[in-house]
Amino acid sequence: MDKRMTTADVVGALRDGMTIGFGGWGPRRKPMAIVREILRSPVKDLTVVAYGGPEVGMLCAAGKVRKLVFGFATLDAIPLEPYYRKAREAGELKELMELDEGMFQWGLRAAGMRLPFLPTRCGLATDVVKLNPELRTIRSPYEDGEVLIAMPALKLDVALLHVNVADRLGNTLVTGPDPYFDHLFARAADKCYVSAERVEERLLLDAATARSNTFERYLVTGVVEAPFGAHPTSCPSDYGWDMSHFKRYAASAGEEGGWQAYVDEFVAGGEAAYQEKNGGAERLAKLPLPVF
Amino acid sequence: MTDKTDFTLAELMIVAASEAWRGDGEVLASGLGVIPRLGASLAKLTHSEGLLMTDSEAFLVEEPIPLGPRGDYQPKYAGYMPFERVFECVWGGRRHAMVGPTQVDRWGQTNLSCVGDYAKPKSAMLGVRGLPGNSINHINSFFVPAHSKRVFVEGEVDMVSGVGFKPERWNEGERNDLMEIRIVVTDLCVMDFDGPSRAARVRSLHPGVSFGEVQEKTGFPLIAAPDMCETPHPTAAQLALIRRLDPHELRATAIKGNPPGIRPAA
Repeated sequence: MDKRMTTADVVGALRDGMTIGFGGWGPRRKPMAIVREILRSPVKDLTVVAYGGPEVGMLCAAGKVRKLVFGFATLDAIPLEPYYRKAREAGELKELMELDEGMFQWGLRAAGMRLPFLPTRCGLATDVVKLNPELRTIRSPYEDGEVLIAMPALKLDVALLHVNVADRLGNTLVTGPDPYFDHLFARAADKCYVSAERVEERLLLDAATARSNTFERYLVTGVVEAPFGAHPTSCPSDYGWDMSHFKRYAASAGEEGGWQAYVDEFVAGGEAAYQEKNGGAERLAKLPLPVF
Repeated sequence: MTDKTDFTLAELMIVAASEAWRGDGEVLASGLGVIPRLGASLAKLTHSEGLLMTDSEAFLVEEPIPLGPRGDYQPKYAGYMPFERVFECVWGGRRHAMVGPTQVDRWGQTNLSCVGDYAKPKSAMLGVRGLPGNSINHINSFFVPAHSKRVFVEGEVDMVSGVGFKPERWNEGERNDLMEIRIVVTDLCVMDFDGPSRAARVRSLHPGVSFGEVQEKTGFPLIAAPDMCETPHPTAAQLALIRRLDPHELRATAIKGNPPGIRPAA
């Protein structure tokens, strides 16, 4: 069994109109090498499901988003995601499902457990219910009779994740302090492709390290070796996010033809050129982890 | 008090913010932003040692972590609190967060999503984030660094992201008894929603600020709390703790112009 493939193989498996979930959280551990491959491809009309960071902004800027299912879009240190913001303020994102962060993971959980919905209080009495008329409520069948939102399963055609370490069988390790919700994305998806900083032949771990495995390999369709594949987002414990790149990216959103210039400079040339444009592997490996 | 200008407005607000958590016991205290985080840290180090806090990433700490670059400081962890566990905490109600919404209305409803028309907003912001879930499940306080009618809007907030006390927003069978709004700390005053029918009240005015000025800069009618007073000044001990918690003086950039705590009356 060998699940190794390339980013081109992953994107070759995507189809127009698919619902794609992106792991990570805001500017943290996003599968950006795969995102850049999507940007180089003709794939379009995507439903993007994410705790949004720059992948949301970039896919919006490239006109690839038909629908966005999200709780936020942010670069954290730059609070407002520049291209998400631009697309929203231009009225370009016609289909939105804006959800509470907790409802969002609840929907992924429902999908992973093959349930039609899971009940939650979150979202009641807010515009989340008003703006998403597809959200229905359900009354508890027990004596309390409480009315709750029936958060529908967020089924994904594909989940795209980035982790620190994988092996050719599809075993994965997240060595940073927070696994985020990657395991739920993996469970919610028909196919899950994982890029990793390092892909090894076999993981032969001690017990403490094995606890950094957050989902099973039977969920993983393919693994891609993509060093610095989360850049410009962070990939703890390997490297931090690239603030100077974020600043440049954000500034481009305010410039005439800025997106095309960004694509020409950073995306069009492929990953090797991308790393060189960002100071090479030596610089990227030293990007400091953010301090909060 | 020795010198009437020996504390800044930011420091006064940190002390006011810390009061939000008084008496909460063992809950996760989440202060989002420089002043709320320093407020929570000060609360834990002074009157509310039972509070739980994180390193703002994924671990619980018993000693609040100073803001900014840490130098030789090594955090000591007491537990683990990744995002997934934060939701479990939120849904279980054992949390009190202080957040900075873009808009707040007379019903205590908050907005973090967008300003203007939803389909084509004048200003797209973060998104609702965790506000719907936080607001309906646990205690929340708000932090507003620049008190104005743009924040405290006349009508309803443009996109209701966090729940409040507007009866029309609640349907039969929905539980609104698990939520609580504690206080609102602004650069002018401390408010709450404890007036008749949960009307907004001014609890204390910062030095040099009048009730009239607060009302003028608020889009909805305010009531003066019966015991409305001047916001307590930081003590020397509190100021020493604040300096230790914020060695790089990030608090100096939290309020525009970093004004002194005691402003000349307008």
